[in-house]
Order: sequence, then C-alpha cells, then structure tokens
Amino acid sequence: MTVRVQRDDFDIGAELAALSDGDTGIGGVCSFTGLVRDLHPQAGEGPGTVRALTLEHYPGMTERQLEAIEAEARERWPLSACLIIHRYGRMEPGERIVLVACASAHREAAFDACRFIMDWLKTKAPFWKLEETGDAGQRWVDARHSDQNAADRWSELPG
Amino acid sequence: MLKLLYFAWLRTKIGIPEERVSVPDGVTDVADLIGWLRGRGDGYAEALANLDVVKVAVNQEYVPFTHPVVAGDEVALFPPVTGG
Repeated sequence: MTVRVQRDDFDIGAELAALSDGDTGIGGVCSFTGLVRDLHPQAGEGPGTVRALTLEHYPGMTERQLEAIEAEARERWPLSACLIIHRYGRMEPGERIVLVACASAHREAAFDACRFIMDWLKTKAPFWKLEETGDAGQRWVDARHSDQNAADRWSELPG
Repeated sequence: MLKLLYFAWLRTKIGIPEERVSVPDGVTDVADLIGWLRGRGDGYAEALANLDVVKVAVNQEYVPFTHPVVAGDEVALFPPVTGG
C-alpha cells in the first residue's frame, strides 16, 4: 500500500512498527533490508573494494513499477499491509538501500510476498548502480543472470 | 516530437540525459528509432551497438523493439536494471 522512492535514509524499527500499528489481525511482518556492501564477488574483489554506490533511477517509471509489483504481490497473497522504500543517490558501505516489508495474518504469505517483491524489484524497477572503486574509478554494475532466474521462478514476468 | 531519455551507461555514452527529437517519416517503431539514432553520432552508435543489453520503455512501460512510437511519446533507453 505504500511505495516511497527517496534520497534520505529510513528508520527500520519505526517503519515496521507503523506498518502493523492499529491492525491486530496481523500475525506477522516479514522484512528485507538491502545494504551497500564493500566487496564485489562477481569481479573477484574482496572487502574494501567498493567505496560507494550511486543509485540512478527513472523518476515516474520507478514509482509506477514498484506500485505494479506491490499490486501483483497483493493479488497473489492475502496481505494486510505492504511497504517498499528504495533510496537513490550516493551511499557508502553499510548504508541501507531498500526496505521491503509485508504483513499478513499468516507467516507464509508474509515470507513469500517479501521474497517475490525483492525478486521482481531486482529485474523490473528502473534503478542502476554506479560503483566507486579504489583504483578503477567508477563502473556501472552489470545485471546478473541469477537475479533474472530468481524473478523467473515466480513466472508471468511481463516485459 | 519524441521525448527521449537515456540512463546509466547509455546516458554517459550518448552524453546527454534527455532530448526532444523530430524523427523522419519512416521511423514508426522502437527498432526504427534505434536505427535512426545510431546514425546520429559515434556515442549513439556505441551505446546502441548491442541490443541484448538495451531495454526500452515507452511512456514508462516496458515494451519490445517492435512497439510503435508516435508523436508525443516518452521513449527511454537504458541497460538492464541493477537496483535492490
């Protein structure tokens, strides 16, 4: 029910508390938080390699895509509440990038919907990561086949 | 007129984030548009050389290269996404 695309950080505790506040029919909240990490396993590079990430996005389409993904999740699972927050701009290792939280009467729906939203978000929401590295300067992160495979597991991937 | 938007490395190769263009009469779909753009300069040709790594949105919805383009459309070209 809520999609936010913002430059600022967010408070996970406050967001999760607000998500279930006032609805005593909710039996569980499942959340995923994505963080900036300082290594790049695909390039065979260890800790300390990545100094910062800058996330670029497509204002307008980003919100539409996230809203469509959330609506799809609500079609598939009985969710009482749902939240997607995704940041853009420059972030350093350890900073939060994304929060997805799903609340439901039952844990299965909350777990599955949370994973579904992340898998679809990774392949459909128009964000791009630019890494700052120590010696190589800057480079755009390549899309990963494993992310597409994860999204395909849920089938019916349009576009 | 079309509004064209470029993101990530397509933006840096082409050199601008957006532009408004009038296209020739023969340009009726996304594939035609990309073919026409490639002739506009080395940056365009390089950015659009490999369509396996180019995604297209028309009016903020993903579309295939066969999708028509008409005056007033917002057409975005960008690499596969890497958020989350």
